[in-house]
Amino acid sequence: MKYKSLIITLFGSSIFLATIICIWKIMATLQGLSFTDLNFNFSLLLSLGLTIISILIGNKLNHLLKIFILSLLFTILYTFISESSPLWFSVGIFLLALFFTDRLKKYDFKYLNQDFISEKIVFEFLSLFAIVFFALVILFPFYIMFVTSFKTQTALLINPLDLSIDFSKDIFEIFKSYFVIFKTYDFGRYILTSSYVSIGTVLITLFFAIPAAYAVARLNFFGKTFLSTSILIIYMFPAIVLVIPLYTVFSQLGLRNSIEGLLIVYTATTLPVAIYMLQGYFRSIPKEIEEAGLIDGQNWFGIIIKIIIPLSLPAIASVSLYVFMIAWNEFLFSLMFLDNPKTFTLSRAINHLTGDAETPRQYLMAGSVIVTLPILLIFVYFEKYLVSGLTAGSVKG
Amino acid sequence: MSSTLSKIEKRTAYTLLLPAICLIFAIILFPIFANIWISFKEVGLKDIRIPEPRAKKIVRNIQDKNSELKIIYKLRNSSLIQDIREVRFSDKYPKNIKPINLDNRCEFKSKKIKCFFGDWEAGYRENFEIIVKDTSNNAINSQNIKSIKPNLYGKSDNILLTTDFTLQNFKNVFLNNNFFELLMTTFYFTFFGTLGAILLGIFAAQLVNQKFYGRSFMRSILLFPYVGPVVALAYTWTLLLDPNSGTINSLLVSYGIIEKPINLLGQKYLIFSILGFELKLRLALTTVIFFEIWRYFPLAFLFILARLQAIPKDLYEAADVDGAGPFRKFFYITLPQITAILSILFMIRFIWNFNKFEDIFLLTGGASGTLTLPISVYQQGFAVSNIGMGSAVSIVIVLLLITFMIIYFKLIGKKANEV
Repeated sequence: MKYKSLIITLFGSSIFLATIICIWKIMATLQGLSFTDLNFNFSLLLSLGLTIISILIGNKLNHLLKIFILSLLFTILYTFISESSPLWFSVGIFLLALFFTDRLKKYDFKYLNQDFISEKIVFEFLSLFAIVFFALVILFPFYIMFVTSFKTQTALLINPLDLSIDFSKDIFEIFKSYFVIFKTYDFGRYILTSSYVSIGTVLITLFFAIPAAYAVARLNFFGKTFLSTSILIIYMFPAIVLVIPLYTVFSQLGLRNSIEGLLIVYTATTLPVAIYMLQGYFRSIPKEIEEAGLIDGQNWFGIIIKIIIPLSLPAIASVSLYVFMIAWNEFLFSLMFLDNPKTFTLSRAINHLTGDAETPRQYLMAGSVIVTLPILLIFVYFEKYLVSGLTAGSVKG
Repeated sequence: MSSTLSKIEKRTAYTLLLPAICLIFAIILFPIFANIWISFKEVGLKDIRIPEPRAKKIVRNIQDKNSELKIIYKLRNSSLIQDIREVRFSDKYPKNIKPINLDNRCEFKSKKIKCFFGDWEAGYRENFEIIVKDTSNNAINSQNIKSIKPNLYGKSDNILLTTDFTLQNFKNVFLNNNFFELLMTTFYFTFFGTLGAILLGIFAAQLVNQKFYGRSFMRSILLFPYVGPVVALAYTWTLLLDPNSGTINSLLVSYGIIEKPINLLGQKYLIFSILGFELKLRLALTTVIFFEIWRYFPLAFLFILARLQAIPKDLYEAADVDGAGPFRKFFYITLPQITAILSILFMIRFIWNFNKFEDIFLLTGGASGTLTLPISVYQQGFAVSNIGMGSAVSIVIVLLLITFMIIYFKLIGKKANEV
C-alpha cells in the first residue's frame, strides 16, 4: 500500500469538491439566495468523508448504484447542516457530487499502488483545478455583463447580488434595456456604422494587400528584402504615437468626424500584417501553376485574379476575419476622430454613454452585449480561420 | 529570363506595391516624423484649426416694397487668435436682381457680386448689408436668394507650417518631477503584465495540450478575452470591481471576508503588514496589470500551444519508459523546447504592452497611480490641450521603442527566423 499517493488523492479530491461547491454557492448567491457563510471547512470535511468511503467501497458495489447512493447521502448531509436553501440548490449539489464520485472511479487501490503514481495524481488534480479556474475567470465577466443587461436600476440598488432574470415579467420588460438603447440612444445607427466601417476596411485592405503581397512573394525587384522587413518594423509602431499628427492633419483636411477618415486609418494600420500573412501563403502555392498561366498568355493581373485568389481563399478568409475583428474592436482612433454622435461607431458610442455618470449600468451592459455578441459569434463559427489569423497577427494586440 | 521580361517584372512589382506603400507611408511613417516637427513647437489644440472667413446670409423683407429685399451677411473671422489676409467674397443672385446700394469695396458684374475686404484681425466681425431690387419690379422670392451660399477666400498662416521652434516641450517633459515616476509606472505595468500573461499562457497551453472532455470548448473560450471588444470588457470589469455595488466587493462583504469594500481601481496604495514590515502595494496599478494579464494571456497561450503541439511525441514516450512524472517531463522536456518561443513572445509582448493605451484609459483614465507614457500622450495632447507636449511624449515613446527593437534584433533576431 502506497500511503503517499492515497493521502495526496484524499487531499486533492476533497479540496477540489469543496472548491466547486463554494463556487456553486457563490453562483447561487448571484441568483438571489442570501448566504452569509461559505462553510468551506465543513464541505472540506464532508468531501473527505465521501472520498474515503468511495475508495473503501471500491468495486464491491455496482458503479452507478454506488455513486448515486453516495451523492444522495452527501447532499442530504450537506443540506441538513448548512443554511436553509431551495430545492434547486440541493439538486446542484447532488449533480456536482455525482460528477465527482464518477471521477473517483479511477482511484481504486490498484491504481494507487502503481509505481511513480503520486506525481501523476497531483498533476491530474491540478489540471482539474486549472479547468475550473480558467472557465470561471474567463466566463464570469461575460456572464455578469449578460445578466446585468436584463436587470432594472431599482432591483440592482436593492440587492446588487441578485442577478436573476425574472421570467414572469413580459418580454418587453425583460428586454427593456435593449429597447431603450435602440430607441433613445440610437444604437441601430451605430451598429450600421460599425458594420460599414469594418466590412469597408476588410475590402479595401484586401484590395491593396493582395497585389502587394503577390509582388513581395513572387516578383524580383530592387529593395525587396528591405521593403518586407521594414513593413514589419513599421507594424510595431503603436497607434498612440500616430494619433497627434493624424489628428492635426485630419482636422485641417476636414476628415475628422467622417467615416472615410476612419477607413483610411484602419486600412493603413492593418495593411502591414495583411501583406505579411498573405505573402507567406502565396509562397506556398507551386510556381508551376503560375508558369502554366504565363504560357497561356495571362499577364500578371490575370494570374492574380484567376490563379492566386482562388487558390488562397483560406488565407484570404483568415486575413478578412482578423482585419474585421481589429476594425470592429478598434477604440483609440474612433475616440480621437469622432465627436459627433452621428458618426459614432459602437465602441465610441459605449464610451460616450459612460460620459454621463447618470447612465444606468444596465444600459451600459446592454450596449456591451450588443458590441461583444457579433464578434464572439463570428469567432466561434469561424474559429479555425480566425485562430490562424490571430497567430500570425499576434505580434500586435 | 531575358532582360526585357525582368524589366516588365520590376515594373509590375512596383505598380502592384505602390498603392499599399503610399498608404502605409502617409498614415504611419509620416506621422512618426511629423511628431518630431510638432514636438519642437508650442501648439495648442485650439491653434490647429486654420482660420477661415465665414459669412452667414440672412434675408429680410422690406416693408411695403415687394420688389426689394435686404440681405445681411454676418461676416466673421472663425479664429480668435489669428489674422486672415486679403479676404475675398463672392455671391450669386438670380436673374434680374441687382443690388442698389453697392459698397465701394464691391463690384457687381453679370449676376455676381464680388468684394475685396482686405485684412481681418483675429475675432473680426461685421454685419454687411446689401439691398437688392428686381429690375422688372416683380416680387422677389426670398427662398431663391437664400438657397445660394456665398463664397469666401482668405490667406492665413498655418501655425504648423511656420518655422519658429522651441525646446520648451522637452524641458517640460524631462524636468518634470513626475517623469521618473511616469517611467517607472510604465515599466512596472509592462514588465509584470507581460510576465503574468506568459506564465498564465504556459499553464493554459499545458492544460489544453492534454486530452479531456470539453477540450475544444475550453480552447475556444480561452480566446474570448482577447477577441471581445476592449470597451465592453473594460466597462464590465469596472462594474465588477466597483466599490459601491460592484459584484466582487458585494460578494466579499456579504461573506464577511472583508469589512469594508475596497476601491480596487481608485485607491493608489494598499498598506498592509507582514511580520511587522509595513508594505505598500500599488493597488490600482496591480488591478490594471491583472486586467492586462487577463486580456492578453490568450495570445501567449496560442503561441505556446502551437509550439507544444510541434514537440515530437517520442520524447515523451522515452520519458515514460524512464518513469518520469508529468512535472519532470514539463521541466526537462517541455520547457527547454519552448524557451525560444518564450523569449520571442516576451520581447514582442513587452513592446506591445509598453504601448498599451485603451485598457488603462478605460479602466482608470490614468488616475490613482496608473499614469503610463501612452496615457500621458493623451492627457497632454487632449486633456491639457497642448499638442506640442503630447508630441514630445510620443517622441520619448518612439525612442524607447527603437531601443527595445534594437535589443530584440540583436538578442533574438536570428532565433526568430529559425522558429
